[in-house]
Amino acid sequence: MNDRIKKEKERWKNKMVDSAVKRHLERKELFTTVSGKPIKDLYTPADIPEIDYLKKLSFPGMYPFTRGIKATMYRGRLWTMRQFSGFATAEESNRRYRLLLERGQTGLSVAFDLPTLMGYDSDHLLAIGEVGKCGVAVDSLQDMETLFDGIPLGKVTTSMTINAPAAILLAMYIAVAEKQGVKPDHIGGTVQNDILKEYIAQKEWIFPPLPSMRIITDMFAYCSKEIPRWNTISISGYHIREAGATAVQELAFTLADGIAYAQAGIDAGLEIDEFAPRLSFFFNSHNDLFEEVAKFRAARRIWAKVMKERFKAKKERSWWLRFHTQTAGCSLTAQQIENNIVRVTIQALAGILGGTQSLHTNSKDEALAVPAEEAATTALRTQQILAYESGVVNTIDPLGGSYFVEKLTDEMEEEAWGYINKIDEMGGMIAAIERGFPQKEIMEAAYRYQQAIEKKEKIIVGVNEFLMEEEEQPPFLMIDSEVERAKQIKKLQALRSKRNNSKVKECLKRLRLAARGKENLMPFILESVKAYAFLGEIVDVLREEFGEYQEPSVF
Amino acid sequence: MSPSKGKIRVLIAKPGLDGHDRGAKIIARAFRDAGMEVIYTGLRQTPEQIVTAAIQEDVDVIGISILSGAHLYIFPRIIELLKEKGATDMLVIGGGIIPEIDIPKLKQMGVAEIFTPGTLTSNAIEFVKEKLQGK
Repeated sequence: MNDRIKKEKERWKNKMVDSAVKRHLERKELFTTVSGKPIKDLYTPADIPEIDYLKKLSFPGMYPFTRGIKATMYRGRLWTMRQFSGFATAEESNRRYRLLLERGQTGLSVAFDLPTLMGYDSDHLLAIGEVGKCGVAVDSLQDMETLFDGIPLGKVTTSMTINAPAAILLAMYIAVAEKQGVKPDHIGGTVQNDILKEYIAQKEWIFPPLPSMRIITDMFAYCSKEIPRWNTISISGYHIREAGATAVQELAFTLADGIAYAQAGIDAGLEIDEFAPRLSFFFNSHNDLFEEVAKFRAARRIWAKVMKERFKAKKERSWWLRFHTQTAGCSLTAQQIENNIVRVTIQALAGILGGTQSLHTNSKDEALAVPAEEAATTALRTQQILAYESGVVNTIDPLGGSYFVEKLTDEMEEEAWGYINKIDEMGGMIAAIERGFPQKEIMEAAYRYQQAIEKKEKIIVGVNEFLMEEEEQPPFLMIDSEVERAKQIKKLQALRSKRNNSKVKECLKRLRLAARGKENLMPFILESVKAYAFLGEIVDVLREEFGEYQEPSVF
Repeated sequence: MSPSKGKIRVLIAKPGLDGHDRGAKIIARAFRDAGMEVIYTGLRQTPEQIVTAAIQEDVDVIGISILSGAHLYIFPRIIELLKEKGATDMLVIGGGIIPEIDIPKLKQMGVAEIFTPGTLTSNAIEFVKEKLQGK
């Protein structure tokens, strides 16, 4: 059958295509994806000759989960519409969260400001100019209480984009839930907690790799017992892609990070099935629809295999690659910003066709500022239109069986394995990071992409083609960091004089001793948080004990 | 005499707490490929560190990459420090997520140009070469 197709295709090429090309050349010599991957003119059954349906694709909810992790997928339950948001003070962000929930958002996602991400309190010298800018400022449990005021933590799930200080923010969340009368085993959500991609791409690290991994495995152990519904990590390709990686690099480096975390858990004495079901993933979705869909499908298939064969996980839940998707911030243009709504729609569609469990759609103004309310609403509405009007949710994995998508899925998988094996040979992801391997690969890809734009090999509408005189930019959400900083400092000072300072000191002392030893840090962090120790105070203790990471910086 | 005499010397700096360095690294490399001498500070530099490095390295251009929104604090501080040290001849340029409305304010302070997302590196290179003509 395939031989006949191949032969017929040859005939088609000679007879039809060649004469067409003679009359009129194809528009380009080489057609490539956003990531620069060459694409053929046509795919046929001959491109996927070895496809064994039951082995490679199987059914939704069945190994290797190529077609989705749930048997009914969106027919059973839609993805969680989870818009990442946070700015200024806890009071302001709380108002935005309530608004988003009121408008039909189904989960929360907290953006913290840079001082919080880096473990500095708002009154730190390095926080000047940054307080409340890119996210909400949280210095203590008190801010966290305000942030979730009136939001029932037993009903809403919350994702928190926090990495180096993730344990502290999670402890604060647990404490707020307790105050609301919600038991720890009733709360659900995610902390990003993925430090490896910080070293690779986003660069918001504090401690060196080894103590960072210890904090993470402490959290795996603690959460599996105390907050079993919590996703202890969101292994993220998003930032890797934003830093300029190709789709395959995003896929490969993310899964290689996942392997490193799984191995770290095992090395810390945990059973794989104890913590693997709570590992979750977070991918980027760029403009090239089919490439993205293939990436998501390949990711599920690779991870299932890694878990089952490499780590010998027995539980089916351990084999699942559950993931959140965010549309590609780096694809948004500062020019003709209305066009970004269209880009976001295509990217969101790719996430849905790829079987995502939750989705954030970017706002059109994000190449310029933090989303204004109206732009954030349109972004949410985009998801709702895809969910309720487009019909793409009616059947599972609608692109499955497309010769092109299956071939692309196979190729992505194969190329990703190439990277994963190479990283294994280097001694794993931490060793690879120390050699600067993923960083260099990403940098090269980013530079190639930029050059392709400059040479117009890649067209970006409104940037290097179809330019026009622009009207004035719409009003953005402007945050005056000095005003926010002053508010935060006032709160800090008031709390400092109100709290039991000797108790704080005592808690921090115990934390320090635990950091020096081998005990699980989580209970000590929780105790400190409940005593209203500041984020910066807790991080300082750990910084003193663990040291700070120094980047080997190359360009 | 330095072997690089005649080459434009550029310091690319990442101030503030933000770690998004894709833009900084791309522009650093593009300037280098355009024949300039480029020094990259690495992440999380204070304005003081940036100005000290610029003077030590005797650069012609300081390129600041900032995406966090802290530009209205960072730029004036750098310009002020340059004035204090008598190094006002250095060309200060910037790039990143900076709303249009802030650009006139920054230029008034003495920033030569702000390159927003979507800028081609060739435009930035041209701008620098033109400004430093005769140097």
